Amino acid sequence: MNAVDLHRKLERNSGLLIFGILLVSAIGGLVQVLPSVLQDDLVTPGPGTQPYGPVELIGRDLYIREGCSTCHSQQVRPLLAEVKRYGPYSKAGESAYDRPFLWGSKRTGPDLHRIGGKYTDLWQRMHLLDPRSVVPDSIMPGYPWLAERAADADGSIQARMRALRRLGHPYTEAEIEAAPAALAGLAEVDALVAYLQSLRPPNAEATP
Amino acid sequence: MEAVSPSPSDAPPLPKPTGGKAVAADRAAGGTAGERYHDRVASWLTAFAMAWSIIGMTAGVYVAAELVWPTIDFGREWLSYGRLRTLHTNAVIFGFGVSALMGTAFYSVQRTCHVPLFAPRLAWFCALAWQAGVLAGGISLLAGWNGGKEYAELEWPFDIAITVVWVCFAIVFFGTIAKRRIKPIYVSNWFYGGLIIVIAMLHLVNSLAIPVTLSKSYSLFAGAQDAIVQWWYGHNAVGFLLTGGFLGMLYYFLPKHAGRPIWSYRLSIVAFWAFTYSYIWAGPHHLHYNAVPEWVQSLGMVMSLVLLAPSWATLVNGVMTVAGAWEKLRTDPALKFIVLSLAFYGLATFEGPMMSIRSVNVVSHFTDWTIGHVHSGALGWNAMITFGAFYFLVPRLMGASLHSVRLANIHFWLALAGTMLYILAMWGAGVSQGLLWLSLDDIGELSFSFKDIMASMAPYYALRLVAGLIFLSGALLMAYNLAMTGKGRRTVAASPPATAAA
Repeated sequence: MNAVDLHRKLERNSGLLIFGILLVSAIGGLVQVLPSVLQDDLVTPGPGTQPYGPVELIGRDLYIREGCSTCHSQQVRPLLAEVKRYGPYSKAGESAYDRPFLWGSKRTGPDLHRIGGKYTDLWQRMHLLDPRSVVPDSIMPGYPWLAERAADADGSIQARMRALRRLGHPYTEAEIEAAPAALAGLAEVDALVAYLQSLRPPNAEATP
Repeated sequence: MEAVSPSPSDAPPLPKPTGGKAVAADRAAGGTAGERYHDRVASWLTAFAMAWSIIGMTAGVYVAAELVWPTIDFGREWLSYGRLRTLHTNAVIFGFGVSALMGTAFYSVQRTCHVPLFAPRLAWFCALAWQAGVLAGGISLLAGWNGGKEYAELEWPFDIAITVVWVCFAIVFFGTIAKRRIKPIYVSNWFYGGLIIVIAMLHLVNSLAIPVTLSKSYSLFAGAQDAIVQWWYGHNAVGFLLTGGFLGMLYYFLPKHAGRPIWSYRLSIVAFWAFTYSYIWAGPHHLHYNAVPEWVQSLGMVMSLVLLAPSWATLVNGVMTVAGAWEKLRTDPALKFIVLSLAFYGLATFEGPMMSIRSVNVVSHFTDWTIGHVHSGALGWNAMITFGAFYFLVPRLMGASLHSVRLANIHFWLALAGTMLYILAMWGAGVSQGLLWLSLDDIGELSFSFKDIMASMAPYYALRLVAGLIFLSGALLMAYNLAMTGKGRRTVAASPPATAAA
């Protein structure tokens, strides 16, 4: 039986056709994606990589809310020019606590994976609220509302940390208990600045 | 040339419908007497798709303008680039694209099977629930509910709703196929079927997450694994929705409109299975030089190059089907759109594999070249073939001739000019970004600061805004033209061919 005859069977039986499509389209995923998902060392935290603290975690979720990764990547490629421009290239272990990953696909603005410590907190704050006050040519939007709202306005920080703990992030009960106090009095912009300042190579100094 | 298999609708049906429970049951119920195709749901989906195209493209033009004048969000959250751009992609892909695919699938599956839709009420539910979902989803994006994964930004309540509607879509579509009176399943239905099945698989896996609040969840996958899963989804949403789904549209409307059967049945089989098999591997080309294993990247690149073969096999099949009906291009705007869409399909499916080559990707990755590539597919291929299908479909659904052929011709030139200008602007922007970012001077230091390179993009971004406006103005002409065509009319009743009744 040649291939066309075989196909005449397939195209006369809707059940077979559905099964055929499912089978043929699944092969690539099974061979290529499934092994990667089972490969633990892709998500084993690298040396110095810690789970986000409560303030940085809220900051990261704000980064996602505002769609920052639409224009900013967090992935320094192992190319001479990129390492010179941004810093050490990105490694898989650094993203072990990133749900979702924020590597991005577009650099309308610069990569941010090594931005931590390059500018002061005050500069970052002014830049977020009104980018053109510090970079006159910038085409980044301003985010004035970040200064007006409490960082954890809906009081969900503990729920967030517990959800991540269920996924394997090693938060202790004491850390979760202490989280609301760490966020007390902070505005959204403070949390986002803290997150941006935390973006640095894992073994770099803790303070700028 | 070749033994031609079932042509879309008015092919002489097989002499006698053979066996099958559905046919037997239908005979028992008295055959096709009084049966009517359920076309109103297709009419409404056409209208919804047009509305989403205007909403989505307007959002696109606005975010393009924000890159030229960054303060025109006036400090409003919901006008902010990061949120509005997400609305733009969701409205055009899920609003415009899926509504158009659902509508044309409902229309064509009845005619290629010679039976009315299975479960027509469920079809209405699908159509309306999808609109409500995209609308509510769009509002949620503006409110800042964002899962953070590209082209899968909607948060978990919407992921569940999408799954429900999608299952209903599958029931209606495959239910109709199951009760068909024409034994062979026509090729357009393979592609629509592939769309339904593969998108379900991708969506279910990529959306796995633990909810925290109504508007926030955390992905089950982390870091590098999340990246691999996301681009398996992201690339194949493009593959099976924007390429495969629209190929289903092509395989029905092109032969129908050219009045000629598909050139090679054999080629359509080979192309379909090769496409379904190889597309799924190509996702990791979105992660070249990123922190994922080398073998995953290399495999993704090789399979992306392989993909050129089935993509162009379909292109050849399409062009050869039109060959011999070229004279219709002079008079028929709908066919013009379809043929032009084939040209852009060929361009985009050539450019994609080229950009997946690592040494090309070094330059193109993270730049506006990617945006240009997406739009040569989205404007040149997806939008154009949909426009062509709608210019053909709406007059038939409404039982009237097109309100204005002249306006449709003007639309054609606006669409072509807009798309070309868009692609050229983004090539210019993307290639210069890519090369300038990598440029080192004689002593090995960076030649240009990021800020200066970004500032040099201004003319390209202005040109892109003009291109978007031109394309949008064409779509507005079309919406007016179709609205006038259907004004005061209802969907005409159509029946399966009487000969189909045994």
